[in-house]
Amino acid sequence: MKALIDWVQGIGSDTLHRLSALGRAGLILAQALIARPTPAQSFPLLIRQLYFVGVLSLIIIVVSGLFIGMVLGLQGYTILVDYGSEQAVGQMVALSLVRELAPVVTALLFAGRAGSALTAEIGLMKATEQLSSMEMIGVDPLRRIIAPRFWAGFISLPILAMIFSAVGIWGGMLVGVDWLGIYEGSFWANMQNSVDFFDDVVNGLIKAQVFGLVVTWIAVYQGYDSVPTSEGISQATTKTVVYSSLAVLGVDFILTALMFGDL
Amino acid sequence: MDFFDDTIIDIQQLTFSRGERVIYNNVDIKIPRGKITAIMGPSGTGKTTLLKLIGGQIKPDSGSILLDGDDIPRLGRKQLFNVREKMGMLFQSGALFTDMTVFENVAFPIRIHTDLPDDMIRDVVLMKLQAVGLRGASRLMPSELSGGMARRVALARAIALDPQLVMYDEPFTGQDPIAMGVLVNLIKRLNNALGHTSIIVSHDIQETLGIADYIYLIADSKVIAQGTPEELKHVVSSQVRQFMEGLPDGPVPFHFPADDYYTDLMKGHG
Amino acid sequence: MRIRGVELGVGIFMLAGAIALAVLALNVSGLNLSKQEGSYKVYALFENIGGLTPRSKVTMSGVTIGQVTSITLDSDQLMARVEMEIYKDIDYLSVDSSASILTAGLLGEKYIGVTTGADDEMLSEGDYIEDTQSALVLEELVGKFLFNQATE
Repeated sequence: MKALIDWVQGIGSDTLHRLSALGRAGLILAQALIARPTPAQSFPLLIRQLYFVGVLSLIIIVVSGLFIGMVLGLQGYTILVDYGSEQAVGQMVALSLVRELAPVVTALLFAGRAGSALTAEIGLMKATEQLSSMEMIGVDPLRRIIAPRFWAGFISLPILAMIFSAVGIWGGMLVGVDWLGIYEGSFWANMQNSVDFFDDVVNGLIKAQVFGLVVTWIAVYQGYDSVPTSEGISQATTKTVVYSSLAVLGVDFILTALMFGDL
Repeated sequence: MDFFDDTIIDIQQLTFSRGERVIYNNVDIKIPRGKITAIMGPSGTGKTTLLKLIGGQIKPDSGSILLDGDDIPRLGRKQLFNVREKMGMLFQSGALFTDMTVFENVAFPIRIHTDLPDDMIRDVVLMKLQAVGLRGASRLMPSELSGGMARRVALARAIALDPQLVMYDEPFTGQDPIAMGVLVNLIKRLNNALGHTSIIVSHDIQETLGIADYIYLIADSKVIAQGTPEELKHVVSSQVRQFMEGLPDGPVPFHFPADDYYTDLMKGHG
Repeated sequence: MRIRGVELGVGIFMLAGAIALAVLALNVSGLNLSKQEGSYKVYALFENIGGLTPRSKVTMSGVTIGQVTSITLDSDQLMARVEMEIYKDIDYLSVDSSASILTAGLLGEKYIGVTTGADDEMLSEGDYIEDTQSALVLEELVGKFLFNQATE
């Protein structure tokens, strides 16, 4: 009997724990977002973060996009050639990239590259009392530290996803057209016939935007809420990558069902 | 008690607990204006917490903290911002902003709280850096400084706005003897020259006794002794003696609470 | 200082994003910027629409002249009612035009092909195309073929 009560109590405390974490995360987001914008100060900070979060992620995104596009082209060709419809490689590469792979893979890579770095940086600032000292000087660290990092991630991810798509399709074309000899005209024509700007490209962008929100939010929250010790920061960094990857995949399913599932 | 004719901070019936643990239980502390007051006590007694309470970063469960009549826990965001202009705080780790140069670190509070033109800010920053002897390092990044230098830069930043109150959180921990001597001197000299009030939280007895005008000794969530360094040397309480003389065992036990040693050992042979 | 490099990097990043979007819009999805201004709706009833879906193309001699906007079941005639939007500048479809559901390639997507008739009166908003030809359904074709074989 006692074991049962303990068990139920465990569930209760666990739930409360999670709810309060969610509440704190929500508060951080809300406070960072309602920050009164002071363009003269905020803009240079945002630019700086865009550089760290976006520009420095560019290489990994371009390289991954290129290879994924090339692999898709190759795989698509070997399957489609059996049905004599190898012209459809362009369509297959483009649709799978634009709708699914570009937003998802970009978000996963982004979580590993930029998300973990954000968490570690903010956690370290907390551990070295930089956040406290900023507060003592009279500056809200949520506005000064968290807000520009959040916005930088939010803005960067869709841009990175678009670049990923474009580079991937180019990679698919390299393999399909230049190497395997699909007729270039039908490669593009098939693609253009089946890809719709609003239904596919814009929906993919919306996905990337939502992932940008989710991943950056998790990253800044984990950093801000981390235990300010070396183990605490390493745990928070791991959590950022694990949680945001899982969240991206879960949210992706929901968004796909809403967008393409004819629900 | 001529010290307390003019107090800058008056803490009354302060109670603060973290989770189950009571850090302060109904504590009264007065800080005399223009003097160096030390808050001492064993590690883990929440000395740093006291500074955060005074800075308004955390709120007590009950009690008031009056700074020149303003009750800090009850101030709004805007008023707190203004009150903090009167305070400077030197954090244990220095807490320099790692993405700014030494110069920008010291300029930061000035830029936040004033609208001074750039050349005036430059003058003020260089004056402050000169005061801590690091004017030559103004272009360096914090990562290029030694621990002692970083703390001196942080001190320059803490006094950038000529605050009425400067709080030092464990300023001597982890410093080599030379850096320690420099810091002790600097704190004393700045206090005299600039006429601000200093609060030092520390457990380095010798250094602190050397410069403090008044000392509070904290243990078991209350003030166990207070007085000038001279007065404290004559307190007979064994708890005070243990801390002041650094004895390994006493009212603060050497052993963490445990079962009887013998029974514990024999358990393994059950 | 390093600020210049940072700003340059961010500038390139933003430009790359804009170029990528342009490529996706123009090259990949074939978005036509000179989008047709306005269109008019015509309807057609089909026995069987096969795999026709909204957004399928409406063509004439292979040139796209509009798209299918919705497909509903007409409860009076028990036939599929296809609503399509035809670009405004295609104003020379006679009222006796015919519409048939065609397939692009052997397994490709379904689309509607329109052929004009000879009447002087033109189709306008809300009109029905009377002459329709349903989709070829493979099973029906096979069934018909077998039936013919059997009766011979």
